[in-house]
Amino acid sequence: MTGSTPLLEAKGVVKRFGALVANDVADFAVNAGEVVALLGENGAGKSTLCKILYGYYRPDAGEFTVAGRPATIDSPRAARRLGIGMVFQNFSLIPALTVWENVALFLDDLPFVIGPEALRRRVGPLAERLRLSVDFRLPVGRLAVGDRQKVEILKQLLAGARVLILDEPTKVLAPQETEGLFRAIAELRREGYGVVFITHKLREVMVGVDRVAVMRQGRIVGTVSGRAASEAQLLRLMFGDSAPPASRPPRARQAAPGETALALEGVATAPDFGATTLSDVSLRLGGGEILGIAGVSGNGQRELAECILGLRRPSRGVKRLWGEDATGWSVARIRERGVASIPEDPLALALISGLTVRENLALGGGRRYRSGLGLDWPRLVADMDRSAERLRFPPLSYGARASALSGGNQQRIVLTREFAHGAKLIVALYPTRGLDARGAEALRALFGEARAAGAAVLLVSEDLDELFAVSDRLIVLRDGRIAGAFPPASFRAEAVGPCMVGAADAA
Amino acid sequence: MSASFAAAVLSSSVLSGTSLLYATLGELVGERAGIVNLGLEGLMLIGAAAGFAATAVVGNPYLGVAVAGFACLAVNLGFGFIVIARRANQLASGLTLMFFGFGASALIGRPFVGALVSGLPRLGAFDALVWLAAPTALLLWLLLFRTRWGLALRAVGEDPAAAFAAGQRPERLQYQALAVAGLLGGVGGAHLSVALTQTWDEGMTAGRGFISIALVIFAKWNPLWALAGALVFGGAEALQLQLQARGVDVSPFLMTMVPYLLTLLVLLFWGWRRRSAAPAGLGRNFFGVE
Amino acid sequence: MRRESLLALCAAAASAARRRAPRALGVALAALAAFALLLLVDGKDPLRAYRDTAVYVFGNAYGFSELLVRMTPLLMTSVAVALPSRLGLINVGGEGQLYMGGWLATAGALNFPDLPAWALLPLMTALGFAGGALWALPPGLMRAAKLVNETISGLLLNYVAPLIVSFFIFGPWRSSESASYPQSPAFVAAARLPSFAGTRIHLGLLSGLVCLALYGLAINRTRWGLEMRAIGGNAEASLRLGIPVSGYVIATMAAAGGFAGVAGMAEVSAIQGRLVAELSPGYGFVGFLVAWLAGGNPVGILVMAFLFAVVSSVGDILQITQGVPYAVVNVLMAVILFIVLGQRRPLGAGR
Repeated sequence: MTGSTPLLEAKGVVKRFGALVANDVADFAVNAGEVVALLGENGAGKSTLCKILYGYYRPDAGEFTVAGRPATIDSPRAARRLGIGMVFQNFSLIPALTVWENVALFLDDLPFVIGPEALRRRVGPLAERLRLSVDFRLPVGRLAVGDRQKVEILKQLLAGARVLILDEPTKVLAPQETEGLFRAIAELRREGYGVVFITHKLREVMVGVDRVAVMRQGRIVGTVSGRAASEAQLLRLMFGDSAPPASRPPRARQAAPGETALALEGVATAPDFGATTLSDVSLRLGGGEILGIAGVSGNGQRELAECILGLRRPSRGVKRLWGEDATGWSVARIRERGVASIPEDPLALALISGLTVRENLALGGGRRYRSGLGLDWPRLVADMDRSAERLRFPPLSYGARASALSGGNQQRIVLTREFAHGAKLIVALYPTRGLDARGAEALRALFGEARAAGAAVLLVSEDLDELFAVSDRLIVLRDGRIAGAFPPASFRAEAVGPCMVGAADAA
Repeated sequence: MSASFAAAVLSSSVLSGTSLLYATLGELVGERAGIVNLGLEGLMLIGAAAGFAATAVVGNPYLGVAVAGFACLAVNLGFGFIVIARRANQLASGLTLMFFGFGASALIGRPFVGALVSGLPRLGAFDALVWLAAPTALLLWLLLFRTRWGLALRAVGEDPAAAFAAGQRPERLQYQALAVAGLLGGVGGAHLSVALTQTWDEGMTAGRGFISIALVIFAKWNPLWALAGALVFGGAEALQLQLQARGVDVSPFLMTMVPYLLTLLVLLFWGWRRRSAAPAGLGRNFFGVE
Repeated sequence: MRRESLLALCAAAASAARRRAPRALGVALAALAAFALLLLVDGKDPLRAYRDTAVYVFGNAYGFSELLVRMTPLLMTSVAVALPSRLGLINVGGEGQLYMGGWLATAGALNFPDLPAWALLPLMTALGFAGGALWALPPGLMRAAKLVNETISGLLLNYVAPLIVSFFIFGPWRSSESASYPQSPAFVAAARLPSFAGTRIHLGLLSGLVCLALYGLAINRTRWGLEMRAIGGNAEASLRLGIPVSGYVIATMAAAGGFAGVAGMAEVSAIQGRLVAELSPGYGFVGFLVAWLAGGNPVGILVMAFLFAVVSSVGDILQITQGVPYAVVNVLMAVILFIVLGQRRPLGAGR
């Protein structure tokens, strides 16, 4: 239960990034044997606050007390010495090193000569209590995401953490894996650790949490006891008065899909280092339809998109685009035929950061803008202006370098380009990753408009809520196979989740 | 093929392969820390020249080898300053080091061209450096895979940011790695002039530095495999010499080509098998292939 | 007084590439300072040495022409590096490509001695290009197939090419004339690139300038250049945009090798007049450094190649007049480069 002295207390924490006030927190405390959830929308400042607590950022103002004694947290190392640990969304594990090596790297008090056996003795008992049962000699890169997360937690605990901060830990897990995580958190709570849990999902704070601190625009706007919280109350705290409705309005039934844009028949890919092999994938997608692809990241979604776009050749099976056998087509030919690609990270996958906006728009246009040895720039600009107008985007700044644009604007450039020529099949791979709520909503609306105009949309996403809101049908990918298909009536996490991870999971 | 021929080839391989092995082990340590040194050829030349010069002046070959080792250690630390502290492009810096090595070794060795030295004495079948070669490889394996230092070094080579977050000091470890690499590279070069040929000639390493760089890949960045690789490539060279000595009429040029082509074939084979064992941090700098 | 004209000349050359001016000047001054230091250490008088050098190199038409002669191969070997660098490829195989270009051009000269110059020279140029291109193909193909990195394969092949050349010189193409010093028979007059006005400046300089111009135009004005820059910026995104990355890798490496091969042809045709074992004192590697220092910029390459030629000339002259060994040039060039590399600001495209 909660003791009298908090394990960690922060008062008057202020952090500014330029003109933006990222944090202005009057008081935040974590007690022993307590689970505190930090709830808030993207950009509310939860991550920033925790990074300050972990010494990753230095605040402009703030006083910290650890176990009753004043403390300065000026680096992650200092934080760890004070007993504060943090598990980020991107684990700081080194994939090529083994489990025991990753843990050993983190510990300060090992002898010069180290070996797996000695570490197993040290690490084993705690690993068992967290229910981590993997071979310590495996490279971390080969573990399942849930297990990797447990190794990360293990590292922090062994380094002496009494307060453990978890930054959106369920983001990378499937619904069934999250159970394992919550059980581990409950175990830690029983043993007297303090756990801080960042999330933006309401569902997660309703169970097993002692307190919920809601953040909005850098401040803690309310603290509610876990048991007493209601969804409506939390939403009001998160959004102020302009809260979105707690449930989505039902969508109108769609007309039957049009001509089959994409057909995959028994498609399989050859085994490839570092990639998931697809086996026996068959699906059909017609015009005016949005097909959602659900699944935990890394189960073949990327490979499926690559297959459709022509980046990966099927070793078996047939791929048809509008009836034609497109299995051997080049990427350029597929694009010319009217297939557009919206990848998850525009700067990394769809734009060349060193080139200007105009040059980026010119690429991928195939033969359209060829003119002698060079390109027909005036025609390109005219087409792109028209496309941006249609999409209701602000005017393009052609001369800017792609790297100088904001993330949202980068996505807009990609959309302007991809939608410029009446794309009839849109392949979107985690397109709303990295966008804020408003941007994501706008993008989903765009897909809806495309569907209304008769285009076929393939949407791969790890956000079940997003898929439920937008798709006409849902397919689950697991281990490179289609594990299930769901009509809108079955759009529920309890139905889709188990399909995503297969038979009852022992985590 | 008679037993005496095989024995001669084997013995010759070991002799030839020793300098390759030391240089390979040194480069391996550097690359495990994320730094590729294309100037290894120049470094080995400095080692050969300095070792030979020191031996000629002092008269003690062991001292000569030591001088070579420490001279190259210093040079490599200088290289380290450029690529670590100044974050210069590793390839351009390496090539510059190569040129430096060509010039500096020529200058150091100039007064000693044609000099006679008493090289490293044979202790039994081979000289001391040969006997120490395999133990050195084993020691490096232990250092890299069974000590905190080696673990931290490998972490730096994989992901310097993660290593830093774990409380390591990437730059300090990289300097240490380059110091070891310099020492071993210098010893490798010195073995050529002070033990193998007991002469000094401009450019006498004849590409061994580059073969060593390829050997590191061949050995998948593991010191124990480097042993095997050095033997194989020392063997190719040795075979050529033995065939020539027996009057077999093969063009020396074609035979000299064999080690390089062999290296290329082996790399092709590894590439085909997708054995991507490169330290991830090195990959960003050197290997666009992954 | 000569020193001022020397500096003025450097400044003029540097201002031709305005962006590069500070660096080019910096490199030139660093070179001068380093040489002076070495001379002092060796007990010589640097001012006197510079005066002699400046007289020979800049005050003298022949001396200046020698600069252009030294610069010529560098123009081509640096394009051989700069072109693939736009794709993010690193071609250090220029040495080998140069040798193979010279080799194939020699095959043309020796087998078609009866052709007139206006036919033979273009043929040899084409053969030089082909030889270098063919030698650059294996690294290109292996890189495109993601099997072997082109840096290491290029480096290894650098050692094989001169061995092939030696094989032919000692064997099938052995000249009966000088039994002690192996080389190929001398080329007929028609196979020799003409030179100008009693100097050694030859038509190869034109080849070099053409290579440079082609490179600059291709990269900046054509759609292929745009796609190449896209690949160099982000190969993954370029793939997804339908750009045939593998095709570009192979074609670019071949073209680059071809340029280096033309340099080889110029060496055998204009400078040597035959195929010899030591065709290149490191032109390929120096080309890499020139291209890297110039950041792949064509005008920058012109300036840097000139500067390297100056450094090399000065080294030669010092060797002759002051008895300083040529190896010094390597050391000093390296030291200067280390100074340049050691600047915090990265040169060129930030690589």
